[in-house]
Amino acid sequence: MSDNLLLKQIHVIDPKNHVDARLDVAIQNGIVTEIKKEILNSSGKVIDGKKLHLLPGLIDMHVHFREPGFEQKETIVTGSKAAIGGGFVAAVTMPNTHPPCDHQSVIDNIIRKANEVPFYIFPAATMTKGRSGKELSEMADLKRAGARAVTDDGDWVSDSLLMRRAMEYASMLDLLVVSHAEDKRLSGKGVMNEGVHSTELGLHGIPNASEVVAVNRDILLAELTGARLHVTHISTKGACEAIQAAKKKGIQVTADVTPHHLSLTDQAIADYDTNFKMNPPLRSEDDRKAILEALANGTIDAIATDHAPHTDEEKMMEFQDAPVGVTGVETALGVVLTELYHKQVLDLANIAAKMSLRPAELLKLPKGFGEIQIGSEANLTLVDVNLEWVVKRDEFISKSKNSCFIGKTLRGKAVGTICKGKLWEKQF
Amino acid sequence: MPSVWKRKDLVGLKDLTAEEIQLLLDTAKSLQQVSLRPVKKVPTLRGRTVANLFFEPSTRTRISFELAEKRLSADTIQFTGSNSSAVKGENLKDTVRNIEALKVDLIVMRHFSSGAPHRLAQSLPVSVVNAGDGINEHPTQALLDMFTIREKKGTLSGIQVAFVGDILHSRVARSNIWGLTKLGAKVTVCAPKTLLPAGIETFGVRVTSSLEEAIRDADVINLLRIQTERQDECYFPSIREYANNYQINSEILKRAKPDVLIMHPGPVNRGIELSSEVMDGPYSVILDQVTNGLAVRMAVLYLLSGTRRGGRKVNGS
Amino acid sequence: MTQNKQIMNSDEMDRAITRIAHEILEKNKGTHQMVLVGIHTGGAILAKQFQEKIKNIESREVPLGSLDITLYRDDLSEIGPQPNIGETEIEFDVSGKTIVLVDDVLFTGRTVRCALDALIDLGRPRTIQLAVLIDRGHRELPIKPDFVGKNIPTAKEEEVVVVFGENESSNCVLIQRKDV
Repeated sequence: MSDNLLLKQIHVIDPKNHVDARLDVAIQNGIVTEIKKEILNSSGKVIDGKKLHLLPGLIDMHVHFREPGFEQKETIVTGSKAAIGGGFVAAVTMPNTHPPCDHQSVIDNIIRKANEVPFYIFPAATMTKGRSGKELSEMADLKRAGARAVTDDGDWVSDSLLMRRAMEYASMLDLLVVSHAEDKRLSGKGVMNEGVHSTELGLHGIPNASEVVAVNRDILLAELTGARLHVTHISTKGACEAIQAAKKKGIQVTADVTPHHLSLTDQAIADYDTNFKMNPPLRSEDDRKAILEALANGTIDAIATDHAPHTDEEKMMEFQDAPVGVTGVETALGVVLTELYHKQVLDLANIAAKMSLRPAELLKLPKGFGEIQIGSEANLTLVDVNLEWVVKRDEFISKSKNSCFIGKTLRGKAVGTICKGKLWEKQF
Repeated sequence: MPSVWKRKDLVGLKDLTAEEIQLLLDTAKSLQQVSLRPVKKVPTLRGRTVANLFFEPSTRTRISFELAEKRLSADTIQFTGSNSSAVKGENLKDTVRNIEALKVDLIVMRHFSSGAPHRLAQSLPVSVVNAGDGINEHPTQALLDMFTIREKKGTLSGIQVAFVGDILHSRVARSNIWGLTKLGAKVTVCAPKTLLPAGIETFGVRVTSSLEEAIRDADVINLLRIQTERQDECYFPSIREYANNYQINSEILKRAKPDVLIMHPGPVNRGIELSSEVMDGPYSVILDQVTNGLAVRMAVLYLLSGTRRGGRKVNGS
Repeated sequence: MTQNKQIMNSDEMDRAITRIAHEILEKNKGTHQMVLVGIHTGGAILAKQFQEKIKNIESREVPLGSLDITLYRDDLSEIGPQPNIGETEIEFDVSGKTIVLVDDVLFTGRTVRCALDALIDLGRPRTIQLAVLIDRGHRELPIKPDFVGKNIPTAKEEEVVVVFGENESSNCVLIQRKDV
């Protein structure tokens, strides 16, 4: 099933090995066999790379593929295919499934189904049993099954003692502790960012403090326990500041941001469109600017989608009752290139770092992820940075269509993904 | 040049122009006389059907709308939904589509979720009137408040209106702020800091937590109901402390203007936000509000019934 | 292009109004229990003129009211945005009265039908009589005026306009014809 491929004169971007040049890349039997100025004799399909960039395969540190339990929203197969369509070769699924990912059999099942696509899934396991915030999950067992990170995702562990123990235990196993930092009591009945716009729309607000309080506690516990803390989908200026300060102090903390938080603000929620309801909520322009700065100065390590599919029926509910979350794997690269590359916030090497290299490092993935290396399995993303396209509801591969970018024109797109050595292409 | 009503729906005062609000108030003025005649009914909406969909319990607003519809000779149907969306099983759009399939011309809707009428208005061809959505807007209440002030004070321009009470959860306050500021009134909101919404100071209103400051130069004091059941959410220490600091009684009114008007959207917690002697006293126009509500709702129904999208096909003359 | 043709000047209008005032008094043998109600807006102006004429003749002021029939129209669903509602000012009890209903132009009869309904909702008059300045024909309802200033045969697409100018000498009646 692997292809022999020759990518001719493609612009290779590999921040790990400091490559930024137009080269020929040969792939034989799914392995990168040669990278050089010009490859003359090669078998298999030849792709003209003159208009393209080649990035190490993108890795999404935060997705919800909903299986097991919520297959009406997404399955491992549909989610994986959507991710490949968006240029990803690997993803970390969140454990809020049913049953939750707190047992090795759930992990086995997810990885097996992903292999059939083929696609790489590195499931995050729960930090506490049943994500109930009461007892630690069997992390050693979960790690053996393939988990590289633990988290209770949407349910922040508010019990500080339990969080301390979880972080100590996870650090012993060198598992990444992923935190959806949110003090739920402060969020209250909130459904969007607290501020002028929530008052204007008559919707309950979630203050920035709900995130910032939680980020700061987690940082203090990371300092205490020495655990590797990764704060996911940060949305506030306060969180950026806290993480920057913690990094300066040498605390092991990293962070990611979603494409929607770096590109949109709470002003977008006109007309009570539930495709703009997510958690954390879209914040103010002030916060968004802080996020762009944190991306540029390295405070934010990664960009992850928080791909959260929901059915039309669910999103058809009234704003206050509709579930939170938006899809993201298919629009992520387009949004990032439009908002960061074309607006000169990050160059392509930095984008490759945030969407591939750093995730691979944080998750301690094997050789060949996050870089383009001779002898490694080909996991690569082919990008046309100038391709303009309109996000259309009918064109999503994902089972769900709840995107906040429908109708937007984006500039830049993954036009092909090579995952496990197999080429998926759409528009050559 | 008198303005013309072109909107299909009335979901809030936020999007209306000053002229549109004036037209609503002027139309209400013309319709006031219908209720003063021996035959309190005109045939204007004969043959039209209005559905009153109340997903949240309401007595006053529902009765007022129902009577307004009857005075205009519309046929009405009533629907009272569950208070909890979790148990209703059917989504709002389906519920309303079912009712629309009965060929109603106009929907009056109260809903516990902010924005519900807005979403519905976009997706249905029939006219939608918001009779209160979540904590967002209650446009007809604000219109009747403004109508009452205009009737008693002759104008809205330059009139000082103070809102006292739970501003945070008040759709009445929000609609009034949109409407009053557009017509040139000066609005003050007064509440303990815990009951003031974020960024309210950017809405062109004066914000204070001091009752005395709020009422000193007020021409109108509009009181908002305190939800006593919200106490467990830590908004204020006790009903007693709230009443001690924010109750309008004859003592505190000595510090207000001698011709101040006292308004309240009802139902009143007697002895909490308002003392009985003030409620029943000469300053109170609370019952005028109820009467005027009828004319205002008739005006809304009248104007909207002329702008149904798509219209109906009529043969000949 | 709109073509105007004058069919009555201000003197002719005034004479017609004077004559009708006399006829009203003659038919009712005076002003006993009589009230005038003009239909908003042209009829209301005309009714005021009748009131003045009657005062000159009888030295008695007949009560005057004006009636807005918007809420009684049968074509509201057909005409697009709702028309603004004018003021109905009838400050007297109509029960037992002889109402002289006044309008400027009688055409299909539908406006008069609305006015009759509106008046009856206000009480139970003893009798209602109809006075119009112009009867242009084309009735769609069985309505007949008791007093007419002038009968004018018209085509259906023509429009008859009674102009009440700034001073009485600029009053006139026009026929407008829109060229296609």
